[in-house]
Amino acid sequence: MTQPALRKIIPIVPASQPGGESLYEAQKKIYPRSVSGLFARWRWAFVALTQLIFYGLPWLQWGQRQAVLFDLEARRFYLFGYVLYPQDFIYLTGLLVASALSLFLFTAVAGRLWCGFTCPQTVYTEIFLWIERKVEGDRTARLKLDGAPFSLEKLVKKWFKHILWIGVAMWTGFTFVAYFVPARELILQFLQTKMGGWEIFWVLFYGFATYGNAGFLREQVCKYMCPYARFQSAMFDKDTLIVSYDPARGEPRGARSRQADPAALSLGACVDCTLCVQVCPTGIDIRKGLQYECIGCAACVDVCDGVMDKMGYARGLIRFTTQNALAGKWSASQMLRRVLRPRVLVYTALLGVLCLALLWSLVARMPLKVDVVRDRAALSRIAAGGKLENVYRLQIMNATEQAQRYRIAAAGLEGLAVASEAEVKVGPTESRWVAVRLQIPYGSAEAGSHPIVFRVADESGRAHVEEKSVFLIPR
Amino acid sequence: MSDFTNNFWSWYVAALTLVGIIGALVLLWATARKKMPERSDNTTGHVWDEDLREANNPMPRWWMWLFVFTVIYSLLYLIAYPGLGAYPGEMKWSTRGEYEAAMAGAEKELAPLYAGFSAKSTEQLAGDANAMAVGERLFMNNCAQCHGSDARGSKGFPNLSDSDWLHGGSPEKIKETLTLGRKGQMPPMAAAVGTPEDVRNVAQYVLSLSGGPHDSVRAQLGKSKFTACAACHGMDGKGNTAMGAPNLADDIWLHGWGEQAIVDMVNKGKINEMPAQAGKLTEAQIHLLTAYVWGLSNKPPAAKL
Repeated sequence: MTQPALRKIIPIVPASQPGGESLYEAQKKIYPRSVSGLFARWRWAFVALTQLIFYGLPWLQWGQRQAVLFDLEARRFYLFGYVLYPQDFIYLTGLLVASALSLFLFTAVAGRLWCGFTCPQTVYTEIFLWIERKVEGDRTARLKLDGAPFSLEKLVKKWFKHILWIGVAMWTGFTFVAYFVPARELILQFLQTKMGGWEIFWVLFYGFATYGNAGFLREQVCKYMCPYARFQSAMFDKDTLIVSYDPARGEPRGARSRQADPAALSLGACVDCTLCVQVCPTGIDIRKGLQYECIGCAACVDVCDGVMDKMGYARGLIRFTTQNALAGKWSASQMLRRVLRPRVLVYTALLGVLCLALLWSLVARMPLKVDVVRDRAALSRIAAGGKLENVYRLQIMNATEQAQRYRIAAAGLEGLAVASEAEVKVGPTESRWVAVRLQIPYGSAEAGSHPIVFRVADESGRAHVEEKSVFLIPR
Repeated sequence: MSDFTNNFWSWYVAALTLVGIIGALVLLWATARKKMPERSDNTTGHVWDEDLREANNPMPRWWMWLFVFTVIYSLLYLIAYPGLGAYPGEMKWSTRGEYEAAMAGAEKELAPLYAGFSAKSTEQLAGDANAMAVGERLFMNNCAQCHGSDARGSKGFPNLSDSDWLHGGSPEKIKETLTLGRKGQMPPMAAAVGTPEDVRNVAQYVLSLSGGPHDSVRAQLGKSKFTACAACHGMDGKGNTAMGAPNLADDIWLHGWGEQAIVDMVNKGKINEMPAQAGKLTEAQIHLLTAYVWGLSNKPPAAKL
């Protein structure tokens, strides 16, 4: 679907009518102008970093398998040297809590850094915009092309752009699926046109989501869909670094010649070139102050600095600054000192503790898990030789990629012994149920329920797990 | 569907659903036509609590089209799936149908696997680790409830891992037991044995058969009364698998050890039943389970379990 077609469907009611505004707003297409400078370079660095990881990781091998692979069907999650079970969900929880805390931290310090530099919505929009610019030209050329009547050139350019977009989008979808189905198998299946139905569905689904979000919806996602954008604004305080226009320096704005002295014309530093509006990916005017649409990408900072340089004025008419610093005309060091306020320190401390705890739990992790389930058939029974017997089922989960032999032992009652096979072999990354019989000599303990402990250990003794259960003795 | 005695509630629910959907559309249409007076300060003009003003942030129009899409989607859904009262939907979808389709799908998927198993003999299957892994899962889901996860049973439920068989332990007999079930019947024998004293003497004699602790004088007295039992259990008390009479001469006590347990059994008798699996499990599954149960007490020639 091309843009003009989409716009043809929308207006059931003309955009502006005499007698008032509609409750529904027609989407105004934004043509962000290209920008270069310090923050643009940072953004591209983050685009490169995040996408190198995203696109590259599925191709990284670890031994005989893919380094990062989430095998949903077998319910095994491979992370470099680790084999995780669904029971290891706590790591994902930890990771999400750490992500949330770092988000709080970054937002408290410097506003919507995540939005402006690393959010996939920004990153893919940036990539798609770059393609658009290469094919159709910069803002003015694109405006002109969209306004022009239908022509062969327009058709070719539009088609070419969409083909490139779809190419990137599909590769993104493919990469996403490659985290769940080994990438090397997937590409082979694709080349032999033997891809499974679900794989095709998810490649297309994720691909079209990328195409739609980065090609068409763009800032609409941030403005209307993203819940994070809204709650992030609530985490600002007056010491948060935000992209702001300095009205005290800029106003009154107005055009002037480069040679003119602004003081003599009683003008501020703002030359009213509107470049800050033209580069804005969400289409706002930063000079109106802090707005919820601002994603903190600092494109306006870059472009305004360029204008100031040309005019021979000091940089920073639009800059990262805090509301307190603007109001009190603080120096940079005064402002930066406020970064170390209690809120930031608490976030940092929490984040640090959590990250250390996560790291420690990963280092100290046992590559073995055991679940004990008492058998549901009989509470207890009398076995040959005057023994009292309880039956348990042990699920032994081998979280290594080698076959292992595990020894099962039990303790907690006088004379408690494993009567069944005490050694079990469990294949690599396999989980196995085994029935285990425990016996004590008849009459050696009182009737009732006695707490006991199962000890399961591998041959080397490095991996060992203790699991609690009970031994029942009938009256 | 006959949850109700007449169709009123079905029509009521269907009408309510449709009125709700049409109401949503009308509301959407009305708000799309409504015009707000344009104001220079970009607020709706709504002021409350003295100075709080509501900024005018209209919804994007494509969002409205999403609403329209959901309405169309819901109508199509109601045509295809059950939702409008008792109307079953054009696709005739039902949870029962889905269940049956899933079962049929699983059966079809497993058919080649089971065909491979059925082609093998019990002995071969018992030596096939792959088949035994499937057999174990079948056992856990269908047999372990009574016979225990380790197949060693408990009071009243026979141990399947020893070589003591009530009805015979050959593959054919095990399969027969699984398919048709078994009904073990011990009739009350008190009258045939004699006085209560005689019954206790017989009990002591039965205890003596397996060489456990017993009163040898009473056992000697009970021996002559045992003839009443011998019809089924045999003169030597070794039982008879043809009629499911347990061996009394071994140290296996399915329904409890001791004089009191035996006296109760003689006086009251017992009916113990193994339910038939023919309707619940397929023939191939029963064949596989036969091999699993047989393999518990027989080591096949090349057994590596």
